Amino acid sequence: MEYVIEMLNIRKEFPGIVANDNVTLQVKKGEIHALLGENGAGKSTLMNVLFGLYQPEQGEIRVNGSPVKITSPNIANDLGIGMVHQHFMLVDPFTVTENIILGKETSKAGKIDLKEASEEVRKLSEQYQLSVDPYAKISDISIGMQQRVEILKTLYRGAEILIFDEPTAVLTPQEIKELIFIMKALIKEGKSIILITHKLKEIMEVCDRVTVIRKGQGIGTVNVNETNPNELASLMVGREVLFKTEKTAASPTDVVLEVRELEVKDARGVSAVKNLDLTVRAGEIVGIAGVDGNGQSELIEALAGLRKSTTGSIKLNGKEIRNLKPRKITEAGVGHIPEDRHKHGLVLDYSVGENIVLQTYYQKPFSKAGILNSKKIFEKARSLIKSYDVRTPSEYTPARALSGGNQQKAIIGREVDRNPDLLIAAQPTRGLDVGAIEFIHKRLIEQRDAGKAVLLISFELEEIMNVSDKIAVIYEGEIVAIVNPKETTEQELGLLMAGSKRTEAGGKQHV
Amino acid sequence: MSKHLSKLTSPLIAVILGLVVGAIIMLASGYDPIAGYGSMIGGIVGDSYYVGESVRTIIPYILAGLAVAFAFRTGLFNIGVEGQLIVGWLAAVWVGIAFDLPRIIHLPLAILAGAVAGALWAFIPGYLKAKFRVHEVIVSIMLNYTALHVTNYLIRNVLTDKLDKTERIADTASLRSPFFESITDFSRMHWGIVVAIICVIIMWFILERTKTGFELKAVGFNQHASEYAGMSVNKNIILSMVISGAFAGLAGAMEGLGTFGYAAVKGGFTGMGFDGIAVALLGANTAIGVVLAALLFGGLKAGALNMPLETGIPSEIVDIVIALIIFFVASSYFIRWIAARFKKGVK
Repeated sequence: MEYVIEMLNIRKEFPGIVANDNVTLQVKKGEIHALLGENGAGKSTLMNVLFGLYQPEQGEIRVNGSPVKITSPNIANDLGIGMVHQHFMLVDPFTVTENIILGKETSKAGKIDLKEASEEVRKLSEQYQLSVDPYAKISDISIGMQQRVEILKTLYRGAEILIFDEPTAVLTPQEIKELIFIMKALIKEGKSIILITHKLKEIMEVCDRVTVIRKGQGIGTVNVNETNPNELASLMVGREVLFKTEKTAASPTDVVLEVRELEVKDARGVSAVKNLDLTVRAGEIVGIAGVDGNGQSELIEALAGLRKSTTGSIKLNGKEIRNLKPRKITEAGVGHIPEDRHKHGLVLDYSVGENIVLQTYYQKPFSKAGILNSKKIFEKARSLIKSYDVRTPSEYTPARALSGGNQQKAIIGREVDRNPDLLIAAQPTRGLDVGAIEFIHKRLIEQRDAGKAVLLISFELEEIMNVSDKIAVIYEGEIVAIVNPKETTEQELGLLMAGSKRTEAGGKQHV
Repeated sequence: MSKHLSKLTSPLIAVILGLVVGAIIMLASGYDPIAGYGSMIGGIVGDSYYVGESVRTIIPYILAGLAVAFAFRTGLFNIGVEGQLIVGWLAAVWVGIAFDLPRIIHLPLAILAGAVAGALWAFIPGYLKAKFRVHEVIVSIMLNYTALHVTNYLIRNVLTDKLDKTERIADTASLRSPFFESITDFSRMHWGIVVAIICVIIMWFILERTKTGFELKAVGFNQHASEYAGMSVNKNIILSMVISGAFAGLAGAMEGLGTFGYAAVKGGFTGMGFDGIAVALLGANTAIGVVLAALLFGGLKAGALNMPLETGIPSEIVDIVIALIIFFVASSYFIRWIAARFKKGVK
């Protein structure tokens, strides 16, 4: 069978690193081809080479068998290569049609014929069963819909080969199902797809073949029906990966965190958390399961002192910490791996070392009489970088330059190293690959085994089921059920998260 | 080493381009650019008098540049340096006139008064930003006018009886230096250069070596992460403006206590505060960069005065050159593009 895209022995260097070395990717017509690799393995670099954003130092690109030089995204577009970006490139106040024709407007006497364009968009949408309303405003439609607009944008430009960059990272499970359906419809219409991902489940479900990159090196291409997730994971990470997190039974002791009748209002003044009771003991991991937007963020922010709560009580080791300043809460013994590592977790323009002392810079030995001791700061950084396997060129590298997984490892190292009595981990593995996830889960369990209390918030049921010793289901700002992960199923949790109370237990329970 | 070099390339190319385009403009206007630049350089370092005057011109540029750069480094745009400079000038002169004290107390007190006045003037936009999220650019720009007219009023109605300038400050509060004057052929070079250099070191030290600087920069980069890390965002915004304003106030104090020895009613802004923005930009907001940029700006301004005398070229040409340099610095992307092209060509 003929290849639509061939990238042969591509090498791309950046000052100090080789991002791609001898990577070969050959995509057949009409297939869904996965590009698999850890965070920072060089997937995006390779795709940016294909899309004309970077020029390779070595190697050849062929489209439909003939060698091409792609020096800009426009040339890529002309060759029928379209990219569906992970972070959408859409103008919010514009309609779907306006966004799709942006840069490709056909006008009559200087006036854009939106009607005709909308008609064309509607037809395309129908052909590929996207059900997008051409007249809807971007700001009014869901994330899943916005992604379809991005897909339409590439189709409108005549794309034959679509690159999907981590398309499921931002979607809900339902939307993921729909996207898979759409991708299959695209293939039926004769398109080819390159899917950049590190989620093995998706690859097994939709892809025909998969090319694996590890640390910039092309590892090889395998047929999906001849492999299994375990093999893919070890190809990607370079060693055996354990999917089931191994842990012994928990032996909870004293109450560390005790939340009673907590109410927290969100930015609009609506109660996001109400009448919430929660207890976390030393030596256990309590997982909070729930659909996004049921008060998880507000709860964490209230616990960490980033948001004021209106009523209730939050006790840490028996001492009231509600509405204290973040520093007081930190000093009282709370570690917090924040939900959004770029917004809260890191000062991206600061070096890794400076980020590692972000909460402790004012304490000895990092500063004395107001003067920083950089020697001690970077010494600490070096030791944490080593023990938490943060892959960075040096401790002086800006945090911005690190991949997501390594940024997260640095944060976890920082939080765990302070030895807090309570560790709050909010979506600690979001966007990370299996290797990093395994590492992070191990660290959380280590904390538990060291007699610390761990509160885990995640939207991934698998993670909650795997890591927690006790699951608290949150729905509309309330804990509606406490279940034992060994005695429950994903189905039951799903129902509880959707608001149907547990039949046998019923009502609200105290932990 | 090469990293430092490349940091310098872009401003350096901007300066060269500015001078080249300036030469073209001189040619187009019928002047000889070589003679023009010759007389300008003569006006900067031609003899010891010119050197002294150049140094004197550079002093307020360094301090105004530090003021803008300090705020920039901590995420704020202090466009009110001009106003803070004006109030600092008046406050320093006021203390210089009003008290009769020994020099060892009087001079530091007058300098301090300038810094405090500038700091207080900058405290207003800082406080409003911290408390009500009012943008500091709007408040500080309006406070420039307020400063101008309030100081004019004070000079006319409080410090004097309807006069256009105050009486001279007491000798015990003066920065004038018979020593510097004697070695520079009686230029107006004064001790302010020492104050400016101390401030350069202070800025570098605060930002790079202290925990306060660590907080200030963190808040400038990412307020959310700073709050998460337990820093007080509001306190740091106010502190940053206050320190920036103190530098600006000192710039004014140097003019009041050193160059002039009095404060006069002003018809308009001195322009030094606004030039401070350009100095900070050209100096990439670092302490040492500000010194280099101030050397260039002050030098050009001082040298410009010599051009009409020797060659008949209007000194406004130098203003054009300065504007061009700023333009090329601001379009550093364009410069980098040219540099990249150039490198490729050489390869």
